[in-house]
Amino acid sequence: MITAEWKPIEEMVGYLRGHRKVLLIGCATCVAECAAGGEREVETLAPLLAMAMQNDGNPIEIVSATLERQCEPEFVASIAEQAAEAEAIVSVSCGIGMQLVADTYADTPLYPGVNTTSLSIREEPGLWTSRCAACGDCVLGLTFGLCPVARCAKSLMNGPCGGTRENGMCEINEDTPCIWRLIVERATARGQLESLVEVKPPKNWSNSPAGGPKRMLREDLRS
Amino acid sequence: MSLKAGTKLEKVLAAGQFALTAEIGPPRGPDTEEVLKKAEILKGMADAYNVTDNQTAVVRMSSIAGSKLLLDAGLEPVAQMTCRDRNRIAMQSDLLGAAALGLKNILAISGDHQQAGASGKLKGHPGAKGVYDVDSIQLINIIKNMRDDGVQAGGDTLSAKPAFFIGAAWTPLGPPVEFRVLRLAKKVAAGADFIQTQAVYDIKAFGEQLKKAVDMGLTEKTAILPGIIVPRSAGMLRYMHNNVPGVVVPDELIARMKDAADPAAEGLKVTVELIEQVKELDGVKGVHLQAIEAEELLPDIIKQAGLSPRPEV
Repeated sequence: MITAEWKPIEEMVGYLRGHRKVLLIGCATCVAECAAGGEREVETLAPLLAMAMQNDGNPIEIVSATLERQCEPEFVASIAEQAAEAEAIVSVSCGIGMQLVADTYADTPLYPGVNTTSLSIREEPGLWTSRCAACGDCVLGLTFGLCPVARCAKSLMNGPCGGTRENGMCEINEDTPCIWRLIVERATARGQLESLVEVKPPKNWSNSPAGGPKRMLREDLRS
Repeated sequence: MSLKAGTKLEKVLAAGQFALTAEIGPPRGPDTEEVLKKAEILKGMADAYNVTDNQTAVVRMSSIAGSKLLLDAGLEPVAQMTCRDRNRIAMQSDLLGAAALGLKNILAISGDHQQAGASGKLKGHPGAKGVYDVDSIQLINIIKNMRDDGVQAGGDTLSAKPAFFIGAAWTPLGPPVEFRVLRLAKKVAAGADFIQTQAVYDIKAFGEQLKKAVDMGLTEKTAILPGIIVPRSAGMLRYMHNNVPGVVVPDELIARMKDAADPAAEGLKVTVELIEQVKELDGVKGVHLQAIEAEELLPDIIKQAGLSPRPEV
């Protein structure tokens, strides 16, 4: 799922000074799964934000709504009335949903209530960890189903750096396993350690965010 | 004898002499005197001197500039290049620039991650965007292809081939330990001419890893120089054992430093002994000696280890 995390309330307060009526919108999909922008989080954030604005000397009225999917135009269209009455919109969906709202209601300022952070899995209750970096050149077939692009701090393609801790965790985060240690373990378990010896050439990043904005065109779906 | 770059380091190794490299960390400023002061202390003591590339992800004078200062002062540099801060375009451009300035020994490494840096004392730049466009093994291969085939990573040709003697790092005792010799094999296959290792204190464990490299024939294709960092106290050794991945310090060595009446003097003795012990290992072609921020300790150690004067080649 796409994960997001609340921005500091003070940052939201900074955006909202001068506005009196604000629409706070969540999304019931990814950001609900990662407990940042679903209905429950919207209902939690609304009074917190109202109180913070009150304490800041800028009381506001907050109207809230949670869309089924904030990245789909028909759902975003359903809040036209509330959007028209609001002086500003705060969205706690991912950056994709936020931009669709901003485009749809372009006359109304849109402020982010979250930072969109990763493509992660819910590993345990309350713990999400990276799985994908949308690099556009998937190597999982060479790395035993474990992604070194998203899960190695240096996105190394040819094995672990010297920073693997004695307990097999990554030097820069003691709670993150060295993914190359896990790749080596899985390769060893399959009796295929030798497959990791081949030198992997530099990656083609042109199909990743580093290559510029993505434009995926499927002619077969356009007629 | 056909040499790849004809550096002193390469010639010493080619002549079968026990090679010695040391390290000079550039200053956090533009002051050339800092570099030249260290150069003065170490001149003639080693065959070549590594100049680090923003080690611990703290901004310092660039490795290439520091290397050029050493070269002009009559010391042969090994310019380090990390994959952290530059993409393949910048790296190859800097490599051509280095070659144009007469720098021929290059050490290609991943580099300390920007968030792992600063050694806890300085701020560093933990919010910097890490580049890691290519990894160290890919960089080694890029350098080799520039040198041997005169071709860039993207396939364009170079107008002239740069002469490089290519170095790489090895952490023999880092987990997953069973993969470390294979990773060394990849570096050799990619084009590493010489290897400087993470600091070695556990000679037995290092020897076991090295033996695998010997058995695979790797030591015939690359020159391995074990790293030795001069210990200055029991606390320093304990810190490295606990906090520096891949560094294993035997308990006896920590106890020995703890019991020493004069730990600094004991550290010099330990270093000389370590040099003698690694020298005995099959497959070792030299040693990479570091006295972090205490370069003045090195001349005595080098003399006591019988490694001075350096061979004329």
